[in-house]
Amino acid sequence: MIQLAGQLSLSFALMLALLQGLLPLWGSYRDNPYALAAARPFALGQLALVVIAYVLLTIAFLNSDFTIAYVAENSHASLPFMYRLTAVWGAHEGSILLWILLLNVWTLLFILFEKQNSNLPLVLAILGLISFSFLCFLLLTSNPFAAAVGPQTGHDLNPLLQDPGFVIHPPMLYMGYVGFSVTFAITLAALIRGRLDANWANVARQFAIAAWCFLTLGIMLGSWWAYRVLGWGGFWFWDPVENASLLPWLSGTALIHTLALTEKRGTAKAWSALLALICFALSLLGTFLVRSGVLISAHTFANDPKRGVFLLLLLAILICAALFVYLIRLPQLSSPQKPFVPREIILLVNSILLIVAMLTILLGTLYPLIFDALHLGAISVGAPYFNLVMAPLVLLMMLVMGFAPFCAWQSQLVKRIWQLTWRKCCFCLLIMLIIWLQRMPFMTGISIGLSVWILVSVMSTFRIAPGMAFSHTGFAVFIIGIMLSSSLSTEKEVRLKPGQTTIIGPYQFLFIDTEGTSGSNFRGIRANFEVTKHNRHIVNLSPEKRIYTVRHMVMTKVDIHPSIFRDLYIALGEPYGQDDWSVRLYYKPFIRWIWAGGLLMILGGILGIIQNKKREEQNIHA
Amino acid sequence: MNHIHKRRIYIIVLLAVGLGLAAGLILYALKQNINVFVTPSQILSSHLSPDYHFRLGGMVKKDSVIRDKKSLNVSFIVTDLKSEITVFYTGGLPDLFREGKGVVAEGHLDQQQHFIATQVLAKHDENYMPKNVAEMLKKNR
Repeated sequence: MIQLAGQLSLSFALMLALLQGLLPLWGSYRDNPYALAAARPFALGQLALVVIAYVLLTIAFLNSDFTIAYVAENSHASLPFMYRLTAVWGAHEGSILLWILLLNVWTLLFILFEKQNSNLPLVLAILGLISFSFLCFLLLTSNPFAAAVGPQTGHDLNPLLQDPGFVIHPPMLYMGYVGFSVTFAITLAALIRGRLDANWANVARQFAIAAWCFLTLGIMLGSWWAYRVLGWGGFWFWDPVENASLLPWLSGTALIHTLALTEKRGTAKAWSALLALICFALSLLGTFLVRSGVLISAHTFANDPKRGVFLLLLLAILICAALFVYLIRLPQLSSPQKPFVPREIILLVNSILLIVAMLTILLGTLYPLIFDALHLGAISVGAPYFNLVMAPLVLLMMLVMGFAPFCAWQSQLVKRIWQLTWRKCCFCLLIMLIIWLQRMPFMTGISIGLSVWILVSVMSTFRIAPGMAFSHTGFAVFIIGIMLSSSLSTEKEVRLKPGQTTIIGPYQFLFIDTEGTSGSNFRGIRANFEVTKHNRHIVNLSPEKRIYTVRHMVMTKVDIHPSIFRDLYIALGEPYGQDDWSVRLYYKPFIRWIWAGGLLMILGGILGIIQNKKREEQNIHA
Repeated sequence: MNHIHKRRIYIIVLLAVGLGLAAGLILYALKQNINVFVTPSQILSSHLSPDYHFRLGGMVKKDSVIRDKKSLNVSFIVTDLKSEITVFYTGGLPDLFREGKGVVAEGHLDQQQHFIATQVLAKHDENYMPKNVAEMLKKNR
């Protein structure tokens, strides 16, 4: 029943998406107002049908309807309620459905907030075509409602994904990915019309910032999840899947900055439009890399080449079409010849640095694939590569960021900027010196000094430009968190018996005892530790080792004592007989600052949207 | 040549220098940080020097894991069903490490052709192994 209804609603959604895509295009070509006006009802109809399909799949998960193959693969009768809701997007098919659902949600948001936009039908048409291609992909290669073969009892959700951090991580990340398709649609519509004006830049920028905020939140949640679940105390592994989310983030950041320039000065139009296309392409590439399985395990691609090839084809068609329109319009995009102003130069330098950073990460991520495709052997690119090439780029970026608040939108003498900043520069150099005298690594000194440089330079702008001030502060806090946590962290792996103690940093860990524990779909062992500092009781920590019975998968459940200035992190290793356990302990100063910085950046983004909205209203009234 | 042309030339020269520097740095960094996957048979057929750092991929042989009585030292045999090699490691093994399952170890060889691992990976998926190892296993099965 659910199967049939789900399939039907998806098929109807596919038809509506096609109509939503083609009618307005034809209408705009023929100047037919009825065809143009059809975009909105079709979009809303498609949204309703996709929501129905999504709700049906959720109901199937809640009722453990194992006649559906996807549910049987990713659920089990013993799975807790909350994880049944999230299991819907726990694997490939459901997450593509989520992608489509979120695309429709963004379409709705665009309809709600941009009722007056003269490009509305065209934007909806482009969104409709994107939705159509993804619905094709869903129905042809990865149908979530496909019937299961034979009676099934359910294979349970991957235990790694049974974590509160994972509950909202994928929707937020996808909200970010998909959000860039709205920016893309707005830009492409403006390109088709040949009107890349201040209004276009303003609207595109609002949606870009919104998508960027979601993407930032998604990446932060992902890193928080990796920190808590993978049990190795790391927050970023330069894993291809993580890189796939960082690529659109970097180009999105560049886009937001150049759009500000285009809106204010009417310059760099071609560059902004190109960045909007790049962001969208990278979001699709991210989906492709994560979802085709080419990266995580190189052999799954061969198992199901249809999906990978289909997604790649989709990527190629959409990007080629967009580039075609872009190149046709390019000659008309010449910006007015105005003398450069400092703010302009700094924004352009910043966007170039961001794009170079994006390209180096892209190269590192795709290099093993290229190598493999040329039959040169199997390789992987290690984290040191990314750290090595990103470090100088980030430092340069930070240096430039610090100058931003002093560079005016009018022409300005270099001497004037120097007058404004030299005291602050000296202050930061002093801080660098102090850090180096503490025998900290060279890189830590430079990056903390530059973070302080950003902090002191944005201080005066909290009232004029709160969006920039908060997000730049967030970035500085984020870098401080990364550098201090990586250079001050200590870790220790020991073999302990109950009753024994070990010391890490100023803290003493006493292994008290072990006890059995169990949940609805796992059983395990919990070890109890008492943490003291100079004989003062701090906290009791109880890390666990769990076995998820359905998949026979062993999982480490770490225990963390968080605080603003340090985390205590303990993970249970393996039993060694005679009550011995291997235990991994981490003392991680300032690690919370990483995520706090991320949250500040998001706050900055939200404030930026509000500012932008105000400016848009002023533009209309003026 | 007016000032616009001059400015353009400056920009182009700057861009070219920047791009050249970036490309050089990136290629250097890539060259230093590529990890090659090697199977036990490939190790035996080629003579790798002890300071060569690489990733060993294969299957953990059944009943080959030996743990030290006191410390965190552990040894196990990695096989591709044709040749095998003994791996020494100090530290806790990852959750997904299992006898008879795929494993990737990073490290180097010692004089006795044993593999000294600095890191053992079996993190994301219990069936994870590099493509050439998977193919080798399939062929030798």
